[in-house]
Amino acid sequence: MTTATPPLSELPTPRGRFGAFGGAYVPETLVAALNQLERAYADARADTAFQTELDGLLHNYVGRPTPLQFAPRLTEHAASKTTSAAAARIWLKREDLNHTGAHKINNTIGQALLTQRMGKKRIIAETGAGQHGVASATAAAKLGLDCVVYMGAEDARRQRINVVRMQMLGAEVRTVNSGSRTLKDATNEAMRDWMGSVENTHYVLGSVVGPHPFPMIVRDFQAVIGRETRAQCAQQFSALPDAIVACVGGGSNAAGIFFDFVDDAAVELIGVEAGGAGLLLGQHAAPLSHGAPGVLHGSMSYVLQSDDGQTADVHSCSAGLDYPGVGPEHSCWKDAGRVRYTTASDAEALDAFTLLARTEGIIPALESAHAVARAIDIAATMPAEKNLVVNLSGRGDKDVDEAARLLSEHR
Amino acid sequence: MGRIVDIFDAKRAAGEKALMPFLCAGRPSLEALPDLLAGVENAGASIVELGFPFSDPIADGPVIAAAMHRALEAGVTVDAIFDTVEKARPTLKLGLVAMVTVSIVTRWGTERFLDRAAEAGFDGFIFPDAPLEEAESLVGAAGERGLTASLLISPTTTDDRMARIAALSTGFVYLLARIGITGERSETPDIGARVAALRRITDLPIACGFGISTSEHVRAVVEHADAAIVGSSLVHLLEKASDTGADVIAQGARFAKELAVGLPISSLNR
Repeated sequence: MTTATPPLSELPTPRGRFGAFGGAYVPETLVAALNQLERAYADARADTAFQTELDGLLHNYVGRPTPLQFAPRLTEHAASKTTSAAAARIWLKREDLNHTGAHKINNTIGQALLTQRMGKKRIIAETGAGQHGVASATAAAKLGLDCVVYMGAEDARRQRINVVRMQMLGAEVRTVNSGSRTLKDATNEAMRDWMGSVENTHYVLGSVVGPHPFPMIVRDFQAVIGRETRAQCAQQFSALPDAIVACVGGGSNAAGIFFDFVDDAAVELIGVEAGGAGLLLGQHAAPLSHGAPGVLHGSMSYVLQSDDGQTADVHSCSAGLDYPGVGPEHSCWKDAGRVRYTTASDAEALDAFTLLARTEGIIPALESAHAVARAIDIAATMPAEKNLVVNLSGRGDKDVDEAARLLSEHR
Repeated sequence: MGRIVDIFDAKRAAGEKALMPFLCAGRPSLEALPDLLAGVENAGASIVELGFPFSDPIADGPVIAAAMHRALEAGVTVDAIFDTVEKARPTLKLGLVAMVTVSIVTRWGTERFLDRAAEAGFDGFIFPDAPLEEAESLVGAAGERGLTASLLISPTTTDDRMARIAALSTGFVYLLARIGITGERSETPDIGARVAALRRITDLPIACGFGISTSEHVRAVVEHADAAIVGSSLVHLLEKASDTGADVIAQGARFAKELAVGLPISSLNR
């Protein structure tokens, strides 16, 4: 008798394990809430009324399906970098066209509906770039929930417009001044809030990180990206894509577009982490590329830590990628050899930011610009008849001030 | 399980209760730790919960989190904590329980961390972010080295789960007085019913912490539980003493003595 390893698409295990990764390393006080969430989610998944309500909101309110669009001038640019003057056709999955301007709302609408199912009236969220905070504030306003968003003071500075947006949507923004004053510290504060408010509050975690069942739930709500992509590829070029490229901070947009394809070995999957300003610990935010397995924010995954297990400082020009950990499923996909993880530096991301604006008339989020940067190189190594999809996870309106500042330093 | 079990056995035989102060290792300095431990021992503490500073302590409120950050900024390492405890251990009678996140233990490697802790003279562990589902191998590894591992029980813990937590724990169980994070509180905790429920399913001693800030709170807690754990109010006092240049060791001992007033009279060492 042989014991076959289950296909990657069947993970996590009932205990929340993706191979050696995942789990739920949390204080006992949160266990009851995680169990409640797991039950509510299992019920919701089996309930066609829930699915219908979610689909309706995604279609009529969020604006799904988002287009899959060929990017001819970006493809030409990639081809111009090769001696053969040929490159794979680059397609953009336009998550930037979602209401609120990023993929984050796919998850917050789903979790806000779960909050209602659990009879809770208040949500809390952490945010880095502010996109998840805005998407949470939006879902809360739409569904009549109270909303508090924790945001690092450094991020609130560089993404000021999103702070104003959240406030206009009726959310309370609490800036966090501890630690590095970025996403990791905002996550700590949200978890501390939840430790005391767990009986009436749902924590809308924004990425495929944290304790089980969050990595699974967030992935499932984001997996609509990959399902649409599969159907659109079939429709537009009658084949599976040859490669899919997505940026990875916590990893929710990447998990969302990869998940539907993990069992299709022919589709190459590439995750792009923030290479920041250099290779030394503290200069980047690339745990899969440069980190080691460890525990952060409730799960076992690749993480950037000191030898003593202290979380390392990280750096990225993009607030949404400026995080020392990553979702446990990505760690599993890395160790299984299913997804290749690489990096793009701050400078490369800024170049791609400008390039996409000028070739396609789309200003991408700085996060997504990391994916665009690597996609150009990868497309240039592929024959012209191949198809490469980039997940354009968000738009760059929020980044224009910061990008202008960085570009002027850069030049 | 030596020392922790012996301490609680002796307390029970004498009809006494235990005071368990929490200290943040490295605050105000590692050099002060041996005298601080001796000071609280003389003031009536039976066991000290020694917190290993961590960059992201999600169960801790602002007082303990800030102390931990200050310790890390001052360069306190796990090695240095072990070295300091190893030197102080022979002069101390009290039990020493390490409160340490699985992030640190995992990075060190469980076996290596527990070996060094045992060698340094720790008697047991609290892993605040290892609930039942993740704790089994840690408790087993601690037990192989003769060290206890106490799991947490929260007001949100179901009865059935409480029984499984008590069955896995060794030395004592750690009952959280409240939901929420560590920190000073003004209200007196009400734990009578939960302790009674726990007594029906376990003979292990019950230590109660989170928001136990005054001798009044200690009195209310040990009316039901076997031990009172006091953290934030002591850490706060030590931080203030250190910032104002006061005698940290004397202040720590004085406050421990004040807290010990909440124990029944016969519990006081002298």
